[in-house]
Amino acid sequence: MSRPRHALRAAGVAALVVVAAVLPSFISDYHALEWATVGTYFIALLGLNVLTGYSGQISLGHGAFMAVGGYTSAILMAHHGVRDLWTIPLAGLVAGGAGLLFGLPALRLSGLYLALATFAVAVAFPALVKKFEHFTGGSMGLILNLPKAPGGLHLSSNDWLYYLSWGIGFALLGLGALVSRGRIGRSFRAIRDSEVAAASSGVSPAFYKTLAFGISAFYAGIGGSLVAIETAYVNPQTFPITLSLFLVVGVAVGGLGSLVGCIFGAALIEFLPTVAPDIARHAPSAIRDQVTPSVIQGLILVLVMLILPGGVAGLARLLENRALGPRFER
Amino acid sequence: MAEFWQQVVAGLASGGIYASLALALVLIYRSTGVINFAQGEMATFATYLAWTFMHHGFSFWPAFFLTLVCAFAGGVAIERVVVRPVENRPVLTVVLVTIGLLVLINGLTSSIWGGAVRKFPSPFSTRPIHVAGVAFSIQDIGIIGVSLAAVLVLGAFFRFTKLGLALRAAAVNPGASRLVGVRVSWMLALGWGLASALGAVSGMMVAPVVFLDPNMMQGILLYAFAAAVLGGLDSPLGAVVGGLTLGVLLNLLGTYVSTLGGEMRLVAGLAVILAVLIVRPSGLLGKAAVRRV
Amino acid sequence: MPLLELRDVEARYGAVKALHGVSLDVAEGELVAVLGANGAGKTTTLRAISGTVRRSGELRFRGEPLPRAPESVARRGIAHVPEGRGTFAELSVRDNLRLGAYTRRGRDSRDDLRRVYAFFPRLQERRDQQAGTLSGGEQQMLALGRAMMARPRLLLLDEPSLGLAPLVVKEIFAALARMNADEGVTVVVVEQNANLALSASARAYVLEVGRVAVSGPSDELRRAESVRKSYLGY
Repeated sequence: MSRPRHALRAAGVAALVVVAAVLPSFISDYHALEWATVGTYFIALLGLNVLTGYSGQISLGHGAFMAVGGYTSAILMAHHGVRDLWTIPLAGLVAGGAGLLFGLPALRLSGLYLALATFAVAVAFPALVKKFEHFTGGSMGLILNLPKAPGGLHLSSNDWLYYLSWGIGFALLGLGALVSRGRIGRSFRAIRDSEVAAASSGVSPAFYKTLAFGISAFYAGIGGSLVAIETAYVNPQTFPITLSLFLVVGVAVGGLGSLVGCIFGAALIEFLPTVAPDIARHAPSAIRDQVTPSVIQGLILVLVMLILPGGVAGLARLLENRALGPRFER
Repeated sequence: MAEFWQQVVAGLASGGIYASLALALVLIYRSTGVINFAQGEMATFATYLAWTFMHHGFSFWPAFFLTLVCAFAGGVAIERVVVRPVENRPVLTVVLVTIGLLVLINGLTSSIWGGAVRKFPSPFSTRPIHVAGVAFSIQDIGIIGVSLAAVLVLGAFFRFTKLGLALRAAAVNPGASRLVGVRVSWMLALGWGLASALGAVSGMMVAPVVFLDPNMMQGILLYAFAAAVLGGLDSPLGAVVGGLTLGVLLNLLGTYVSTLGGEMRLVAGLAVILAVLIVRPSGLLGKAAVRRV
Repeated sequence: MPLLELRDVEARYGAVKALHGVSLDVAEGELVAVLGANGAGKTTTLRAISGTVRRSGELRFRGEPLPRAPESVARRGIAHVPEGRGTFAELSVRDNLRLGAYTRRGRDSRDDLRRVYAFFPRLQERRDQQAGTLSGGEQQMLALGRAMMARPRLLLLDEPSLGLAPLVVKEIFAALARMNADEGVTVVVVEQNANLALSASARAYVLEVGRVAVSGPSDELRRAESVRKSYLGY
């Protein structure tokens, strides 16, 4: 990548970090919690991006990996009294392990079949959760202690959650960028573009595809863990099939393969229900009642796929090319 | 022993419902190469339409056939407006479009009719009939009958009519079809219309049993996927056989294995999908796919 | 007025231009051959007529400009039997033939089926078999039979002899001659086997690098040694 482009990108990310750091001082406590939730979706979307955008595998069931992470944290906290912070990496690892386990048989599936299988996982998962009532609290779920900032920091609990989510989020973003630039990232892209070519260059599709599942599930698990901590409650409906689908909407609209586009996708998922009534106001009165958040989500996904398959990130790349001239694909 | 046969018949009834929706999925997959994730929601929407017709005075069967016509038209419209523009794009794009449709249609259903669970009238009485000393539910037999009728009508259409032949040809070899004058893109729209009507049959048969609510078909969709995969995604006969088999299998498992009752059937369905895709991806009756390099 | 007129027709596959201005005429009832080496543009010429490839220039059929879409061209009464025969391998022989009559209305298609079986008895024997299980020669007969079912005004035939034993090829060309003479079907046949095509046809065009190099009555071209040596390789 050329110097000016590199600088532009780095400046953009730096600006985002600065904004994120000071945002809570400018917004209400309630909004801080909303943005904290955006952070959890952001982390899950980062993971989904690794899978779909980077290694070209589809998952319509990432909510299930979030659920694994969320329930791991919840079980550790509720049954074993573990401190919320320590459960986060554990949740990630358990979810990551589940991802690796799923990734192995998933090797045999591709494209449509994988989409089908992951969709089925997401639909069936709540039933599994209810089955193992002993651990998961069944339909009633698990109630957890309310989150509290650690003693030394004088933060409201919402502000603490905000910094927790985004701190982890940016750390994982950095990790993701490093991975993407390094050998693993190149191997992912090689496999996405052509498995046969990758294999003949010594890149094992089986290894990297499974690894992609593991990494993306790890991220999702951390996101799920944060959801559990923030809401202080989990039950089978905390991670429904619609969450998995909205994650897909988020990553597609943000832009597949774009780490920063995930911020946009996450914001879309969180704020659309709030913004929807305002959008609906612009619709003709005859159909105003019909313009609900789900309808708008679905419409956005359909329109984006029809008109702008690169999502928001694709649009950004277009503008970048206009400003700096086209860049050759690595 | 009597219970066994009752459960088999009940399983065939569920199987008929899965088979109709599975056949719809296979129809679209064969003609356009796409898995329509929104098939269940389209069926739910159609079923709500039927409910609305009955609410406005139509009796069951007139509402049924009117709904089939509307579902057909809806399917054609969706193919023309939403699917045609992305016909030649990569798989992921088309999958995402059908997911978008899923979310959109589900949202519309909720917003138009509200999320409350409703009763849906059944055209069949719930009294049992006795055959060889065993009590069978008329409703189950009725569902089997309607599902089979729908499948047979569709099969006859494909086998004996010119249009059905053209649809088969378009699915098998679009280039050669154009050379004999078949308007291939309209055949695809026709396929979507028929699939949508089949989905409506499935929805209207299951609604009396599980009650009408916007998320009614999500589980059924999973079973339909399992049935289609079991039978072979490109085999219409496989979808029907797969559906009936799955229905009976899940019902028997649910009755005789206590851990697998109720919602755990979803997990059993998932297990079927994973097992078939891993062990024999082409299913029972499908063609073994040549892996394109 | 010629049945088919092409004037300065160009065609491209993506960025590659395959036809650089082909002009030809076919009168009603003629059997015309299009010859040339590999890559000369013979197949592309047929594709340009049937609309299977993007083309520019003037193409007229019965005085009217040809439509762009293949299905519309077929409806005008032009049957194109492509390279590789274009049979529907998974459908039965009978279904393949029925598809040939797709653009025709009414009940006469059943009589057409009988006519085709009379022409090609082997198809009748195998009418319930999957088309993909037929031998190469039988598939070619099937393709011709399907074209017959459409009762076309113009038949475009691409490399009918490809991959077939000489005896079978004789049968095919005999059937073709009968179609032309008895049924009055105008035929344009593309062939690599120049000798065969020249004996069967009245007139011929020889293409080279996307243009017409030589044209004229077939027996003249056969006798002209220079033409044979330079363009036809024998």
